[in-house]
Amino acid sequence: MSDKELWPEGVQRCSLKLFIAWLAVIFAVLAWGVYAAYVVWAGGLIVTGMDNYFAFGLYIIFDLAVIALGAGAFFSGLLYYLVRVEGLKNIINLAVIIGFICYSGALLILTLEVGQPLRAWFGFWHPNVHSMLTEVIFCITCYMLVLTIEFIPIILENRKLNKIKFLHHMAHNFHVIMPLFAGVGAFLSFFHQGSLGGMYGVLFSRPYAFREGFFIWPWTFFLFILSAVASGPGFTMLVATLMEKMTGRKLVDFSVKALMGKISGTMLAIYLVFKYLDTWAWATGILPRSGLTFSEVFYGVAYGKWLLFSELVVFGLFPAVLLLYSKTRNTPWILYSACTMVGIGVIINRYVQTAQTLAHPVMPFDRWYVYVPTWAEWAPSLAVIAYGALILSLAYRYLPVFPQERKLNQA
Amino acid sequence: MVLYLKEFKIKWGMVIDLDRCTGCGACMVACQAENNIAPPVDASDKRYSLTWMLVYQLSNKQPYPNHDVAYMPRPCLQCGKPNCVPVCPVIATDKNQEGGIVSQVNARCIGCRYCMAACPYHARYFNWQDPVWPEGMEKTLTPDVSTRPRGVVEKCLFCHHRYMYARDKARIEGRDPNALNEGDYIPACVEMCPTGAMVFGDLENPEHKVHKLSKSPYAFRLLERLNTKPQVYYYSKREWVRKQGDNYLEHETVGGV
Ligand code: SF4
Ligand code: SF4
Repeated sequence: MSDKELWPEGVQRCSLKLFIAWLAVIFAVLAWGVYAAYVVWAGGLIVTGMDNYFAFGLYIIFDLAVIALGAGAFFSGLLYYLVRVEGLKNIINLAVIIGFICYSGALLILTLEVGQPLRAWFGFWHPNVHSMLTEVIFCITCYMLVLTIEFIPIILENRKLNKIKFLHHMAHNFHVIMPLFAGVGAFLSFFHQGSLGGMYGVLFSRPYAFREGFFIWPWTFFLFILSAVASGPGFTMLVATLMEKMTGRKLVDFSVKALMGKISGTMLAIYLVFKYLDTWAWATGILPRSGLTFSEVFYGVAYGKWLLFSELVVFGLFPAVLLLYSKTRNTPWILYSACTMVGIGVIINRYVQTAQTLAHPVMPFDRWYVYVPTWAEWAPSLAVIAYGALILSLAYRYLPVFPQERKLNQA
Repeated sequence: MVLYLKEFKIKWGMVIDLDRCTGCGACMVACQAENNIAPPVDASDKRYSLTWMLVYQLSNKQPYPNHDVAYMPRPCLQCGKPNCVPVCPVIATDKNQEGGIVSQVNARCIGCRYCMAACPYHARYFNWQDPVWPEGMEKTLTPDVSTRPRGVVEKCLFCHHRYMYARDKARIEGRDPNALNEGDYIPACVEMCPTGAMVFGDLENPEHKVHKLSKSPYAFRLLERLNTKPQVYYYSKREWVRKQGDNYLEHETVGGV
């Protein structure tokens, strides 16, 4: 038994047996996540580590992190379709698929996070135009639609499907209008990445997160956009590399990867300039005005200063230098490590913005608490990663995701 | 939506005298009973309990014999510029009615908890569990206060139903419901306080005690500098209490006094 007929033309894939065994592993993790989801829906959010003190927890941190890492989709799309950076042609399909996974995964987690999931549509029906969260709800849903539209032509290019005349033409037509969707997607993604940052920046009564306004937005709006576009392309490239390691086949030319690294490095450097200015303005302006000293907003290991140092230097400045300098960027292992570091940096940022903001006692007689997620939060998060692995595995096996694959593997 | 300070002709508010409060907790109990808050499943886990009114203990952190404590009851402070309102994506909470009480419509709340993240006073509570009353206890429920299902956020509303009663009563008696006398409307916690530490009334009405008290040099609002402009004032002649009320840095002096 073989599914060779469905593979993209001229490529090699592992045996169906091995593939099914791999899928079994994925489904085991997925099942665990689905069970956790059932427990959360049936028993309520009390099974999580969140409480009246920590209104947000791992669900939100995970969502913010995957959405930042999924930014490769919109930013690569923007650069490829609108700025015409040709090299990205070879990785754009993967970027779209990763974006699709990240956004749909985040939406899945959100159904658990909301206390009244059946009322989630109220966000469209009774929108509060002043709420950053309203902007997030609208943009994220619309962008999810755009990503689906961008994913469809890739699916239609499956060898079997493409033989059907109607689908073939449909795929072609989709390709023709793709720049339009890339533009719309970039616009939507830009706004909701920003609104996610704005969500924290507008908390004027939480000095850890509060930032001043730039036009109608607090400047965390722009910092979130910049940090997302800095980490997204690198993450896309890392996924491609991981797939290469797992399948033992070359999928993307190294020059493309280095280009992604260069984009990440450049955006990171721009981001860091503003982030340093932001940190300085916060430490010398917002904190003292709130009656706080710099040291007071840090606590223990969970919320220590080491996080700030790691985010801004070890996982910020350091990889930025490595990625900007062509010699280090063109050394594969340094490129991969640097992009991993950028990803870790953005995850730390999303963690402190969420957990530390809430943990910091605003009232002087209140105290610090440490938030610890429970299994009911880890399981769905891991399940989303498994869900990503599932989509990527199916896409890699049956869809022509990597245009360079055939050429790169000709022995 | 309040992105700026909204002014009302009537502004219900409290002045809580921290030098009188003994921390007995009667206000907390009165609040729970009045507002149909079900007994917690595990009362030892304070971070899941719904304490619309919570009494905090403040300490001057000095060693004996200079040690001193104060008790600070904290309802929802009905901020003049509430951070919880503009963030709510579905307008489930708003500050738009005469009296300046920040409303909470639990039938509309989607339970995103963004308002909890926004409130610096931890005055908002999430319903972690479905409310269950021991058999027979449902007879004690207040008929005009809706019970809340699991998954929504709730908070103190200054016993808004009592405001409605008072207005109805005034109408029946042929008085103007918009010009209530002092004492016509008071929340359950204020009524129950044995030391008279809480005074309630219209902050804008010079005939009400709260109006005068709120202007006292000993009155302060919690975290004034965050600019949330609460309608709840605290009162203390002890400087360290006033100082703690607003996160003063070591070198700063307390404003006003
Ligand atoms: S105390 Fe908190 S919940 Fe009450 S109005 Fe102010 S911000 Fe909102
Ligand atoms: S939890 Fe309810 S009231 Fe609070 S912001 Fe969300 S929808 Fe609004």
